Amino acid sequence: MSALAARRRHPAALLIVLIFAMAVLGGLYAVLAPKSADAAEATANSGQITAGRQLFISNCASCHGSNAAGGPAGPSLVGVGAASVDFQVGTGRMPLQQPGVQAQRANKPQFTQAEINQLAAYVASLGTGPAVPPSQYTNGGGNIAKGGELFRVNCAMCHNFAGSGGALTRGKYAPSLMDVSGKHVYEAMLTGPQSMPVFNDTNLSPQDKKDIISYLKNVKEEPSQGGHNLGLFGPVPEGMFAWTIGIGILIGAAVWLGRKAA
Amino acid sequence: MTTSRPADDLRKDDKRDEPKGNGGPAGAIANWVDERTGAAKGARFLMKKVFPDHWSFMLGEIAMYSLIILLLTGTFLTFWFVPSMGETVYNGSYVPLKGVQMSEAFKSTVNISMDVRGGLLIRQIHHWAALLFLVSIMLHMARVFFTGAFRKPREINWIIGLLLFMLAMVEGFAGYSLPDDLLSGTGIRAAEGFMLSIPVIGSYVASLVFGGGFPGEAIIPRLFTVHVLLLPAIIVGLFTAHIILVMVHKHTQYPGPGRTNKNVVGFPLMPVYTAKAGGFFFIVFGVTALISGLVTINPIWMYGPYEPTMVTAGSQPDWYMGFADGALRLLPGRLEFTLLEHTFVFNVFIGAILLIPLMWTAMGIYPFLEKWVTGDNEEHHLLDRPRNAPTRTGIGMAFFVFYFVLFFAAGNDLMAIKLHLSINDITWAFRILTFLGPVMAFWITKRLCLSLQRRDRDLVLHGRETGRIIRTAEGRFFEAHEPLNRYQRWPLVSFASHAPVSLPAGIDRNGVRRRKAAADKMRVRLSHFFFNDRIEPVTPAELEAAHHHDEPVREEIDHTVEEARRLEGDDFGGKLHGGAEELSSSSAYGHPDQR
Repeated sequence: MSALAARRRHPAALLIVLIFAMAVLGGLYAVLAPKSADAAEATANSGQITAGRQLFISNCASCHGSNAAGGPAGPSLVGVGAASVDFQVGTGRMPLQQPGVQAQRANKPQFTQAEINQLAAYVASLGTGPAVPPSQYTNGGGNIAKGGELFRVNCAMCHNFAGSGGALTRGKYAPSLMDVSGKHVYEAMLTGPQSMPVFNDTNLSPQDKKDIISYLKNVKEEPSQGGHNLGLFGPVPEGMFAWTIGIGILIGAAVWLGRKAA
Repeated sequence: MTTSRPADDLRKDDKRDEPKGNGGPAGAIANWVDERTGAAKGARFLMKKVFPDHWSFMLGEIAMYSLIILLLTGTFLTFWFVPSMGETVYNGSYVPLKGVQMSEAFKSTVNISMDVRGGLLIRQIHHWAALLFLVSIMLHMARVFFTGAFRKPREINWIIGLLLFMLAMVEGFAGYSLPDDLLSGTGIRAAEGFMLSIPVIGSYVASLVFGGGFPGEAIIPRLFTVHVLLLPAIIVGLFTAHIILVMVHKHTQYPGPGRTNKNVVGFPLMPVYTAKAGGFFFIVFGVTALISGLVTINPIWMYGPYEPTMVTAGSQPDWYMGFADGALRLLPGRLEFTLLEHTFVFNVFIGAILLIPLMWTAMGIYPFLEKWVTGDNEEHHLLDRPRNAPTRTGIGMAFFVFYFVLFFAAGNDLMAIKLHLSINDITWAFRILTFLGPVMAFWITKRLCLSLQRRDRDLVLHGRETGRIIRTAEGRFFEAHEPLNRYQRWPLVSFASHAPVSLPAGIDRNGVRRRKAAADKMRVRLSHFFFNDRIEPVTPAELEAAHHHDEPVREEIDHTVEEARRLEGDDFGGKLHGGAEELSSSSAYGHPDQR
């Protein structure tokens, strides 16, 4: 104490205190400040960006413009972020297979994950946007019951209660979520592709998104409690079943009994 | 007793004991009951009741057995179901709902499905039986309509049947709403909207039914009482009346040899139909249980509890309410307007409130309309073949097409995603079909019926074309026709064909204008609509004439046939004595000289 107190009027003391305070503040800021979402940009080296630009020029530029600033056939990609690229290209929606009301998911994406990462790095370098989510939020393991509740409030009106999909206007549709990876579900919520609204981290926190993904995983993996689930589309397939197989068997039995000699 | 007649040898093993005459222990019990209740007379009447055999008569039986299944399984469900909207938190064994806030009603339904032993199976039997109940009611009604079984003396039973159909729909809807899951909550929300759409008094009606605003706490307990007490009591009562009237009227039968309006050809209830009907009950129960064991219905644990902020894509009612839902999807939104500071929501009101009473009134009026048009006051116990009443069959098909267009429209969203079509296009197609479909169905069905009747006439007059060509000695070609025998012919000729009525004079003998002239004019117009292009059944005179039209060559054909038989044995031409048609020059087998 005495040694420190003796030097408190030392000419350098003010400077040292200032440096210390700035270091603490800066450190705290670095720890506590909201993370900027362009994590991909930070990790991507310039080589990836260059390779991504090459891929972009040869595969995407005809619609999105050579500087990704958009053209008559495609929107600008400045600021859409890596998450958007990873979702659109990773699910095979981009490059667009055919014009239509809605880009359709393809069975197999056109690019490898490495190429998609390069494309994402390039697009992320154009402007700040949502990054590809870390795997801790996309692999499930969250609260299923909470996720179910959030899903019913936010998603079921388009995607149906079990994520089986539903119709939108004029041929558009909310696709089935049953075979969509957790990462892509997260990215879709983050970027709001096509008719889907954006559910950013203020609407649904990363933990909420994790719960929703866990709920969907559970729907897919849960054994069907009551027998064949008829696609989880509600009463329409049930009515169809009653009108075809159900009454069909009973009428068959009636015909058999009616013919049976007494 | 012993004599030396040879017949005694045959009788030596006969039982010699005198019959006791009291039927053993069963007879003693029956006698005990009869002496105290006089039940023997009624039981004998019922046991001797004769029923005809046909599979289509068993559609109503399917409905009856489904009703019994529903009563049994429904009772089971009430042991665990809690009809309350009290808030609670789920802590049962189904993990995906653990800790979720929900109503007592939903929680108890999840418990029945997940924790009560056999609960899910019983729930699914209850629900599948409900769907099959309504399907079989509708098919039974279709059978009754298309065969004209609603005619005198069965008009009252037709009306009772219609009421049963409508009550069963309401009963089903009430049951669908009870679990308070996401789907049923949406259904109740829609029902509230329907009530609100009633002009002027709508908000009062909704407020009375819900005991205040939506959702309130009253609706589930109220629906429960309606579902397990009020409607089942009315349905069972009406159903009993329905069955008693069947006993009183005797069952109808299809036309056939030996069947008249004064008899019933078939087998008595005891023992044949007791066995058949009893067996059929177990078949229906067994098939329903099998389906319920294999196929999920209404997975409420997947839907989750209802909250007014939630809705799911693919929210549909059970199939029997589908046509009303479809009507709502088709009615254009511009039917909503504001007048004198009141909002009138006719796009909802017409489909949700008016449609069912209108359709049921139309169905209820039809038997009386047809009777008025035909002026037919006879009792009918013989059924019509649908083709022999072409206009009625056409009207029925038009009605069904109207119904099913609305029905399919209720699934427009699923058609859109499954068939990759635009929901807007599908809706427009159904809107057009709502009006075009019934007209087309009427026209096509009526033409088909008339063609079938013409074919029947042809078959009766000329027999079946065997395809066997006969060449006479002088080289003329004939095709042998195999005539129908009397048993085959009877159903084809034994129907009544009503002629269109003509207008009675508008002025009576004394020169006074008849009061009902306008009604008469209407009746004449309808009568022409019904019977203008009718096909008459073949008369005996026509049949006689047809049999003589090949008279000039008869001898020659018979001679040829006999010659053939002599040469080739009896295998040939055993039936070639009915008639023949000389093949014209246009036929590929015609005589070359005639070409």
